[in-house]
Amino acid sequence: MNTLRQFSVLPGFGLSLGYTLVYLSLIVLVPISAVFIFTSQLSLSEYWQVVTSPRVMASYQLSFGTSFLAAGINAVFGVLLAWCLVRYSFPGKRIVDALIDLPFALPTAVAGIALTALYAQNGWLGQIIEGYFGIKVAFTPIGILIALVFIGLPFVVRTVQPVLEEIDTELEEAASSLGASRWQACRYVVLPVLLPAIMTGFALAFARAVGEYGSVIFIAGNIPMVSEITPLMIISKLEQYDYTGATAIASVMLIVSFILLLLINLLQSWTAKQTGRNA
Amino acid sequence: MTFKKRLSLLPFIISAAVTSQQLIAKDITLLNVSYDPTRELYQAFNPLFIDYWKQRTGDDVTIKQSHGGAGKQARAVIDGLQADVVTLALAYDIDAIAEKTGNIDSNWEEKLPNNSAPYTSTIVFLVRKGNPKNIKDWDDLVKPDIQVITPNPKSSGGARWNYLAAWGYAEEKYGSKEKAKDYIKQLFKNVPVLDSGARGATNTFVQRGIGDVLLAWENEAFLAINELGPDQFEIVVPSVSILAEPPVAVVDKVAEKHGTKEVAEAYLAYLYSPEAQGLAAKHYYRPVLPALADPKDIARFPEIKTFTVKQKFGSWQQAQKTHFSDGGEFDQIYTVK
Repeated sequence: MNTLRQFSVLPGFGLSLGYTLVYLSLIVLVPISAVFIFTSQLSLSEYWQVVTSPRVMASYQLSFGTSFLAAGINAVFGVLLAWCLVRYSFPGKRIVDALIDLPFALPTAVAGIALTALYAQNGWLGQIIEGYFGIKVAFTPIGILIALVFIGLPFVVRTVQPVLEEIDTELEEAASSLGASRWQACRYVVLPVLLPAIMTGFALAFARAVGEYGSVIFIAGNIPMVSEITPLMIISKLEQYDYTGATAIASVMLIVSFILLLLINLLQSWTAKQTGRNA
Repeated sequence: MTFKKRLSLLPFIISAAVTSQQLIAKDITLLNVSYDPTRELYQAFNPLFIDYWKQRTGDDVTIKQSHGGAGKQARAVIDGLQADVVTLALAYDIDAIAEKTGNIDSNWEEKLPNNSAPYTSTIVFLVRKGNPKNIKDWDDLVKPDIQVITPNPKSSGGARWNYLAAWGYAEEKYGSKEKAKDYIKQLFKNVPVLDSGARGATNTFVQRGIGDVLLAWENEAFLAINELGPDQFEIVVPSVSILAEPPVAVVDKVAEKHGTKEVAEAYLAYLYSPEAQGLAAKHYYRPVLPALADPKDIARFPEIKTFTVKQKFGSWQQAQKTHFSDGGEFDQIYTVK
């Protein structure tokens, strides 16, 4: 303890750490460890059988794949939105700014039903897309992707926005006065500073998308091996009163998500170091 | 007031609360945990029973209703929801409560007439007005240009009735399990969307305009037509279908603990009274004692040949194991190429 005290300049380290650990345990660790305790009722081979059955495997691919893609799309367009909101002023800017948070506030089931109504064969957008391009959106994995993009959007915008606000336009002006083209200024001056924030936003959007149920379930179509997301597999286990099977799949989701988030965090701190910034 | 003083008051507060409860002990509360499509039926039935009980015993009963997906409701009871009676969509759900909690006697099905199912229904087809695809029977559902809407039997109790109805028909018509399996496989090839619940499937068919035929409980099909207008949809009755028996049971241990066992038993028994049977018919459930209901209501139900789960599949437990468990017949439709 003595050594710790020496390192800490701020008082109250013990108290705040204690509080942090207790709070985290109550809110996060205890419920999550319940998942693993429930799962441990299965033997290893039973566990393996449950979590690798063909339908479940197909659902992992779909859930993690679409979540990753959706987070990627949000990373690109979220930055554009944040850029527009920070750098320009236009009438109604505050309204646009508020609109971005709507996916947070809307009950996900409402979002799901609205999106389905819009993109179904007889919906406004669905009609056009299917009529002109021959692409079915609702009740296919594309529909799932759209729902996940919708719910993940605020994460990237809200993490990038404050960082972008802090960047002085003078930096870009300096770059351009030193002979950099507009593109070079963006690529070598602005982007490196933004990158850690973009990755945080990406990670949040991804994590949210992996666990999403309400908005996806209406638009997915839920055809086994094609458009069943992993949370639906958990629900169908529960409908069969297979509590341990449900927690087994949940544990896989938790472990994979945790590893992916850890990797993204590591990558983020690495890029932060590279660009000499503490994110 | 100091903390100690407050603490010393505590026993008084508790004893006051207890005695006040004893004084109004004749006010009985029953919790009936049911599933979605019975909402209107029990809303109408509960006041009848309250009057009946008041006349018989002088006690006031308050009945609380809880509705939701049948599987979810059963899970809530397993997880500790203090239901005095359950009125669910399939025997399997009540079996699950009995097995997981031990709160329901295992012979619950024999306690009331007709396997403890006071009203029944069956599975029919809802098609678009004029029946443009000319769907008449189960055979037509596997034709290549037909789209069938039914929820996912893994996540929806109602969908399990649909599936078993189709299977039962195919087995009878084609004579073997193998052929029934082929038929079911064909049928689910024609299902473009598997919603997670029955209401979702109805939405897909009605609001999204997807599919040519919706497999639905008869009472739900009647309701859909009533609400959306007979100019849009019509009911097609297949040659044979399954007898859907939504069962009821007292949650014995919970009712004993609440001291409500007597009234809970009377509540369920009253479902077989002339008043309740008439009410069931009015709400498009087929009463098990049709002679007691209004003949006009009964006349709305078309003649249909039905089979029960017991006749074709042995029991719900067996049907569940063969068809809907992991790796069962339903999974094989999609995983075995």
